[in-house]
Amino acid sequence: MENMMQESKKEEAKKERAKEYNDYVKQVTKTMSLPKNMFWAFIVGGIICTLGQGIGDVIKHYGVEEKAADSMTLLILIALSALLTGLNIYPKIGNFAGAGALVPITGFANSVAASAIEFKAEGFVMGLGCKIFTIAGPVILYGIFSSWILGVIYWAGQMFHWW
Amino acid sequence: MSEIIKGVRQMKGAQSIEFAAPPYILESACVCGNKEGEGPLKDTFDYIEEDSLFGCDTWEEAESALQEKTIDVLLEKSGYKKTDFRYIFAGDLMGQLIATTFGILKFEIPLFGLYGACSTMGEAISLASMTVAGGYANNVIAMASSHYASAEKTFRFPLEYSTQRPYSATWTVTGCGAVVIGNATNKSEKNMIKGKITGITTGKIVDYGCKDSQNMGACMAPAAADVIEQNLIDFGYEPGEYDKIITGDLGYVGQTILIDLLQRKGIEITNNHMDCGIEIFDSEKQDTHAGGSGCGCSATVLCGHILNNIKKGIWKKVLFVPTGALLSPTSFNEGQNVPGIAHAVMIEHPNK
Amino acid sequence: MALIKAFIVGGIICAIVQIFIDKTKLMPGRIMTGLVVIGTILGAVGLYQPFIDFAGAGASIPLLGFGNTLIKGVKEAVDANGFLGTFMGGFKASAVGISGALIFGFISALIFKSKMQG
Repeated sequence: MENMMQESKKEEAKKERAKEYNDYVKQVTKTMSLPKNMFWAFIVGGIICTLGQGIGDVIKHYGVEEKAADSMTLLILIALSALLTGLNIYPKIGNFAGAGALVPITGFANSVAASAIEFKAEGFVMGLGCKIFTIAGPVILYGIFSSWILGVIYWAGQMFHWW
Repeated sequence: MSEIIKGVRQMKGAQSIEFAAPPYILESACVCGNKEGEGPLKDTFDYIEEDSLFGCDTWEEAESALQEKTIDVLLEKSGYKKTDFRYIFAGDLMGQLIATTFGILKFEIPLFGLYGACSTMGEAISLASMTVAGGYANNVIAMASSHYASAEKTFRFPLEYSTQRPYSATWTVTGCGAVVIGNATNKSEKNMIKGKITGITTGKIVDYGCKDSQNMGACMAPAAADVIEQNLIDFGYEPGEYDKIITGDLGYVGQTILIDLLQRKGIEITNNHMDCGIEIFDSEKQDTHAGGSGCGCSATVLCGHILNNIKKGIWKKVLFVPTGALLSPTSFNEGQNVPGIAHAVMIEHPNK
Repeated sequence: MALIKAFIVGGIICAIVQIFIDKTKLMPGRIMTGLVVIGTILGAVGLYQPFIDFAGAGASIPLLGFGNTLIKGVKEAVDANGFLGTFMGGFKASAVGISGALIFGFISALIFKSKMQG
């Protein structure tokens, strides 16, 4: 009994030290300038979205209907991102742009292309094939799953006329 | 007879060994990548490889080629044949030590494969010294390597993935360092001596509850502080005993913490502390944030810069303390802490 | 005008996410996943579509828009096929994005090799 009490006291002291240490580490660890990071995220993210808008406008200008034009725009941005990833330019942009390169759909495309390029060396099936989803997998899974749950709620709402 | 079996008592304090007949570092070799070759220590490396793939197809093969090249350079510099070595103590950061496996395969030297995260060079030298001092071998090799790309791929993300590194993040050194440790029995060997290993202090795993793999300095600093304090206690030294106390890859954040932790215990090392991770890169110009890291960081800095200075007599006595963060991608994903470990090796100018 | 709106709105979304990244130290994979999930929720309650109508690509290009696309597809499929539609709409609506990323990603891997930065 006494032993157990001592054990739990020890555990308590360890947790206490961990908390104290982590607080201390937070204090002494310099961070990158948030305003600067936000500025570049804003600029680069803004540029990518503007590019999307511009491409879409041009396509629509040639009489393509809206939905198809949106799809084409998406594909052009994704292809561009895959190309820049292969040329090792996209990670350089991401290095200073942070969320600016991560948040747009081009960031999703980058995560797919980067995994594909890196793991090709481990074979086309077990390497590239499996690991192409290393980063993008959870995005697809949870996107599909959350939309399914919401879809079920929507369906129930329709059934019982409260949506 | 019983005298021989018992041997000489070389234990010192709680965690240390003081060698009765100190083994020597007879030769060293270091090979590194081009980013390290553009850094402040560029003149201290034996060979700088411009091709980050080392002429191979994959990053893992590249790290093996890096090890192979290092031993080639070591053999060339020392004039030894591969059969002159009874053992090699070596390690890297890859799972199951594959870089070491394929790196030293062709040399056919009996191997002790080691994993001590980035503290591997300290572990390798400790065991190599014990082996030589114990009379189990005349000459052995201690070696450790890391490669930026293979480490990124194993521990973080694909290289082409766009991420932003926090200030506390370190840059894995592409490099490999190897030393010949021997007892210098003949005259030509006596002339080669670069330094002598008078003692070691083996570190414990120290866990202060750090979970941030992007702040390895903070994960490892408590372990470094622990082993440095223990070394001073075991030998009854003041920090001033050493011209330099040299940690492996704490970086700027870890250095601040280490000095702070020791100060709280009344140990002042501000003036004689140096960190290999801070020395190897120019953080501003090379965008390496908190500094260099990886097994290759402390190994290459030891085999070039540090041993040069010891041989020249600029430093008479140093405490070399490679530091390691003990994690795997699995342990990290499963929410485990990132404990640290550090091993101290006392290296002196041969004539001291 | 549409271009300016896209720039400012898209930029603001990224800047806000940057605060999250810097303050929470969340890994980028979690950030991306979170954005898509939030997008589906905002889309489900009907808040996101008006936002896209206003900001165009500024709202549709960020991953929030991807989430909105998913739920929009699910809703349309439910309207057409009932409960079965909850399983159909998501992938159909996101087909272009996912197929595009996989196919171009694969082609990119055929052409390019992994390289070190700097």
